[in-house]
Amino acid sequence: MFLQHLVDGILSGAIIALGAIGLSFTMKILRFANFSHSELLTWGAYFAVVFFAMAGVFGNPFAAPIAPFSFGWPLLVALVFSAVSTSVLALVLHRLVYRRLSRTAGHMTMVFASFGVALLLRNFVLLIFGADPIYYSTALQFAIRLPGGIRVMPDQVFLLGLTVVIVIALHLFMTRSRTGISMRAVSENPDLARVSGVNTDTIIAWVWVIGASGAAIAGVLYGLTVQLRPELGFALILPLFAAAILGGTGSLYGAVIGGLVVGISENLSVMVIPSTYKPAVPFLLILAVLYFRPEGLFGERNT
Amino acid sequence: MIGVLSYLIFFLILALTLGVAVLGLNLQWGFTGLFNAGVAGFLAVGGYAMAMLTGPSRAAVFGGFELPFVVGLLGAMIASGLAAIVIGLLTIRLRHEYLAVATFGIAVTIQLVCVNWEPVTGGTLGLIGIPNPTKAMVEGSLAQNAIYLAIVLIVTAIAYTGLQRLVQGPWGRTLKAIREDETAAASLGKNPVRIRLEAFVLGCMLMGLSGALYVGFIGYVSPFDFLPIVTFQIWTMLIVGGSANNRGALLGALIVWGVWTMSGFFIARVVPPEWQAQSGAIQAVLIGLILVIVLLFRPRGLIGEEIHVSRHARSAPADARPEAP
Amino acid sequence: MSAHLLEATGIVAGYRPDLPILHGIALYVDEGEVVTIIGPNGAGKSTFVKAVAGLVGITAGRVTIDGRDVTGRPAHRLAGEGVGFVPQTGNVFTTLTIQENLVVGGSALPRAEAVRRTDQVLSIYPALASRRSEKAGVLSGGQRQMLAIARALLTQPRLIMLDEPTAGLSPMAAAELFTLIRDLVKDGAGVLMVEQNAKAALRMSDRGYVLAEGENRIDGRAADLLANPEIGEIFLGVRPGTAKAEGG
Repeated sequence: MFLQHLVDGILSGAIIALGAIGLSFTMKILRFANFSHSELLTWGAYFAVVFFAMAGVFGNPFAAPIAPFSFGWPLLVALVFSAVSTSVLALVLHRLVYRRLSRTAGHMTMVFASFGVALLLRNFVLLIFGADPIYYSTALQFAIRLPGGIRVMPDQVFLLGLTVVIVIALHLFMTRSRTGISMRAVSENPDLARVSGVNTDTIIAWVWVIGASGAAIAGVLYGLTVQLRPELGFALILPLFAAAILGGTGSLYGAVIGGLVVGISENLSVMVIPSTYKPAVPFLLILAVLYFRPEGLFGERNT
Repeated sequence: MIGVLSYLIFFLILALTLGVAVLGLNLQWGFTGLFNAGVAGFLAVGGYAMAMLTGPSRAAVFGGFELPFVVGLLGAMIASGLAAIVIGLLTIRLRHEYLAVATFGIAVTIQLVCVNWEPVTGGTLGLIGIPNPTKAMVEGSLAQNAIYLAIVLIVTAIAYTGLQRLVQGPWGRTLKAIREDETAAASLGKNPVRIRLEAFVLGCMLMGLSGALYVGFIGYVSPFDFLPIVTFQIWTMLIVGGSANNRGALLGALIVWGVWTMSGFFIARVVPPEWQAQSGAIQAVLIGLILVIVLLFRPRGLIGEEIHVSRHARSAPADARPEAP
Repeated sequence: MSAHLLEATGIVAGYRPDLPILHGIALYVDEGEVVTIIGPNGAGKSTFVKAVAGLVGITAGRVTIDGRDVTGRPAHRLAGEGVGFVPQTGNVFTTLTIQENLVVGGSALPRAEAVRRTDQVLSIYPALASRRSEKAGVLSGGQRQMLAIARALLTQPRLIMLDEPTAGLSPMAAAELFTLIRDLVKDGAGVLMVEQNAKAALRMSDRGYVLAEGENRIDGRAADLLANPEIGEIFLGVRPGTAKAEGG
């Protein structure tokens, strides 16, 4: 059982990690705790529903699956569509709400605003798509049996693989491209970055695009393994915050490892506490980290 | 006419009950700068304490001591105060946004406990049959509600005047000093952590009181009365009214609760039946819009802080301000 | 009359528009000059250079570079207009490598140009070149200051501003740094620096300004300032009432 929980934890941790990267960057670079970030996962998942509804153009991804997965190549297009749409949504929100507030008010005002934005985003999904759960595909999938009695779905293997690819791509972006390096510079010392010629507005736009894309992809991947509900993202607020805080805000690998720790702890917790209390696990992790190591496990303390 | 009057009384009872929680939040955020995103959790603690202390005894559920209403109110305050001390000791030193995340997590956890700790909370069914003290006094729901409104008014008035005295006295001045500049306040021999903790606990006790008044009025308690949306509502009330102003807190409670109930009323009339399931979503969208619009266009609320320059109102937050040369 | 390299007139600025720290500062720097600003704590020296660099909002007054009005330009655009700035604290990105610090320094340049300039700058500072892939956080104070200056030089600025460059350095490292700063102006750039170490700084400067309480007090040739007995008084904190006559 332990191994199965561990594997399940890694799989859900991968989704949390993808969602937490953006949250971690916003907390560090935009300097506010964005309670509306997890709603971007919901929107990402539902943007894919919209895409599948228009799927006549590309073909139904679940009609001609690439074995052993439950879906065909149009899912990859759906991921891109969802990432782009969610990025546009995030940039619009930034433009309408957060950018204005960052100039006229303190960052706690931005936290309040993110409460309001979260409420709006979640309830618009409810109004547009209804409260009933939606499935991308109702087709049954057969699990792969691994040694040790572990069972995983082929789609989950895809999810893990895609997460690894995205993290590597982000790593290269952050260390090789001028924009990525500037992003790390702004994260450490915005004023020095500005006097060095970095346009912080451009960097902030990049933060939203990366964060929203990661959230959208996480949302679609989550939708592959569970049903879609308007509360999908809301239920992930604490796991995402736990991952970002655990890893130390602003750190790519911190968010990834934080996500894995949260996913694994949640899944292993059912061995010691009733599974109904599982949603409290990320909260306990947050408390423990903030109490013992407020800069996170991998946070870089500026010197 | 009687219909309007009874509805008005009903409305005022709930608006002022929530207003007591807004006063508590105002003490925490408005006067002390503590970001409590777990308001619903402390309302729940108070509400359940009320139910346990004053409710009828049951075989399957612990509690049901059938104690008097006033004992229920005091017990609710003590219970939420104790919860606040434990939580406060763990979180009070945290930076603002971490405190927000941690307290948000507390509300989620309290909600989970309410749903799952069946021997004490009654689980998803909640606890029913909490006696409303006015039922024993007079006949007729209008008169009963009128008396309950009087009780709520008295409690609100006590909370309001008590808070006014506190924040205008030396303790309140210290609070504001800490909010504006913690290091400077500490150098004057004040213990900021202790004073912030005091404000946090007192604020949470008012939230517990509010939860108890609510449960005492509607006569039952269930975990679904304390969903996170309640936290958002109470925050919106404070922001709309204007933080660091107790009159603003109460005004905000009346206005936002008015918008909430009127929009619910309107939606029930106008929206086609097949959309009724989504009516809550429309109300939530309204609350979200109000919150964002007020923050963007009237960040100090309808009546903001008097006299003092508030950190929340001015252009740069204290912790984001570069050091002076 | 040809314009000064930097000319600032009537600068009113502060972190909050309603609480100005500077009350009408006037100052200029010419090509090939090292100009030092001195003054007691809280005089507004740092605020002034930050205002010129675009980090602090200017509510009144005018800043020109080579006669072009650049008042109120955002900091990142000033970097592309010939203004280089080395702040006092946090002068390098400690979590970035030396190479990456220079990449960020070249943000205002086209990519190819930035790469070329990075190589050029590294060839001038061999001590940095050999450690290019190390994190800047491991460097000593003097090395950090060197990297900070190298970073600011990447765009070949016309005006280089340094906020207390020798703070925390040993006397030997400070002397080395002053030599380096003197070299910066040989090919026509101008240097404006803020210094606590007033005497040593004035000795290697062409001109100096004394600020106090956000206002100009005294200015003139560095040698004259060194000989001026009033300067000691200002550093001892003479109240504005008595010094008002010369200031303003």
